[in-house]
Amino acid sequence: MNDIEISDLYQEMIVDHSRRPRNFRRIEHATHQADGFNPLCGDKVKVYVHLENDVLRDVSFEGEGCAISKASASLMTETLKGKSKSEAEQLFSRFRNLATGSGDGSDLGKLAVFSGLKGFPTRVKCATLVWHTLRAALEQTPGTVSTESGADSGGFV
Amino acid sequence: MSALRVVKSAEFDLLEVRRDFPALHQKVHGKPLIYLDNAATTQKPKPVIDAVDRFYRFDSSNVHRAVHVLSDRATKAYEGARTTVKQYINARSEREIIFVRGTTEAINLVMNSFARPRVKAGDEILISALEHHSNIVPWQLLAEQTGARLVVAPIDDRGELMLEEFERRLGPRTALVAVAHISNALGTIMPVHEIVQMAHARGVPVLIDGAQAIAHLHVDVRELDCDFYAFSGHKVFGPTGIGVLYGRESLLEQMPPYQGGGDMIRSVTFEKTIYNELPYKFEAGTPHIAGAIGLGAALDYVSRVGLVRAAAHERELLDYGTALLGAVPGLRFIGTAREKVGVLSFVLDGVHPHDVGTVLDRDGIAVRTGHHCAQPVMDRFGVPATTRASLALYNSKAELDALAHGIRRVQKLFAV
Repeated sequence: MNDIEISDLYQEMIVDHSRRPRNFRRIEHATHQADGFNPLCGDKVKVYVHLENDVLRDVSFEGEGCAISKASASLMTETLKGKSKSEAEQLFSRFRNLATGSGDGSDLGKLAVFSGLKGFPTRVKCATLVWHTLRAALEQTPGTVSTESGADSGGFV
Repeated sequence: MSALRVVKSAEFDLLEVRRDFPALHQKVHGKPLIYLDNAATTQKPKPVIDAVDRFYRFDSSNVHRAVHVLSDRATKAYEGARTTVKQYINARSEREIIFVRGTTEAINLVMNSFARPRVKAGDEILISALEHHSNIVPWQLLAEQTGARLVVAPIDDRGELMLEEFERRLGPRTALVAVAHISNALGTIMPVHEIVQMAHARGVPVLIDGAQAIAHLHVDVRELDCDFYAFSGHKVFGPTGIGVLYGRESLLEQMPPYQGGGDMIRSVTFEKTIYNELPYKFEAGTPHIAGAIGLGAALDYVSRVGLVRAAAHERELLDYGTALLGAVPGLRFIGTAREKVGVLSFVLDGVHPHDVGTVLDRDGIAVRTGHHCAQPVMDRFGVPATTRASLALYNSKAELDALAHGIRRVQKLFAV
């Protein structure tokens, strides 16, 4: 645990994406959208998807939150553009494994930059909020998504 | 010689105080712990840990029940703690000291047993804009159940209560005033004397939420002249799960029990139950005996260190920290009341409080980040969250130096 430093979490790419988030916009005619909110920490995200033949032609987000949540949303939208629904689901599963320390980040591309999260269990929920919100959008689940309880909460609520 | 002793006893020996708190002497992430989250909860001194340990080791038994010696010792220790609390806040009698789980339960007790039977639709509960959720939500529940209204007195940009606005909201429909003694998010000391005077002039009873005040201010319920005063043990170096509701005896007498069960009754038949006398009427079931004993030990500890000396030390720390952090570019304080205790709540340009908190934690510095269970306060200042460093009597200037250094590190990391 001690060998994971603060700089392993806040890598340059994460800081950059948190300060200049990509795809930080609304999609006017989104086919799918959903809201995520972690009331304890105040992170808010809205995910927009334009889905065509099961392919995510465009993905974007709006919201406010900490560097981890913003960078995660930014990098997620970059990664998922052009991917199929099932590819997105697989990436989410691998991303969660990486964040919780049970995966090595192979096949994750840029998203592997979040490997430092495994040393910061209380911050996993920040990174996964946008992914859960994306899933809710794709599955058209009603209601607002939260990661402050359950598997990603880091053991505290 | 005696003059020398007086000078020495008037000194505040920080190193000695720190030695009393075992938890302060540990490393986290390889760095010495700097604990600046005292508004959330305080660390415990050895006398408190020992008192709880001693109870479970030798005296563990139920109170007010058996004739055996352990029960006698447990009862004496539990009731002794009640006397300590009574003296500490200068209540008139032990009958006015009710042990509860904490401030939250104390406020809910007043809501259920005092306010609910009295309040009618259209009546008003007057609070301030800087209340903790625990002094907002019970009144909203009451409003839902009775049709009463929650009225909120505003605060200004410094985080001070606008007293004239408060007074304007006191009216013929005001059934109760419920205000914090000190704001947990901002550190503002509320003008509780004036509040009580204004309310009593109109015959309105006053509840003071003393959760944040009890470790920092001399609390004298007779001098305050409040009707209820609530506080938690764990914020004043005592155990969690124990707290106190002080209530004016004449009001407590009129109130129905809060919960039913053992210990709160004198006799029970299926036809009629006669309630026990004060304060037991409000203490249904086996109480948190060890907690009460620990709380008594905590208050004794604070008395021994000397609250006045500790407060002077904390005041010095607050001034030092305010100047130090105030000089950090891009740092904005949230809460700059002229009368405040050791809370340094702030936002940093370009960095979210949770990232500040995570970086500081790796430096061994424990601060609170978030809305501090006071979302209306955050809304008032237009921020989603703040980083809050809150002080206790065992903190030092060196720790505040480390905090300032940590904040600079955060800014460097995020290139702001």
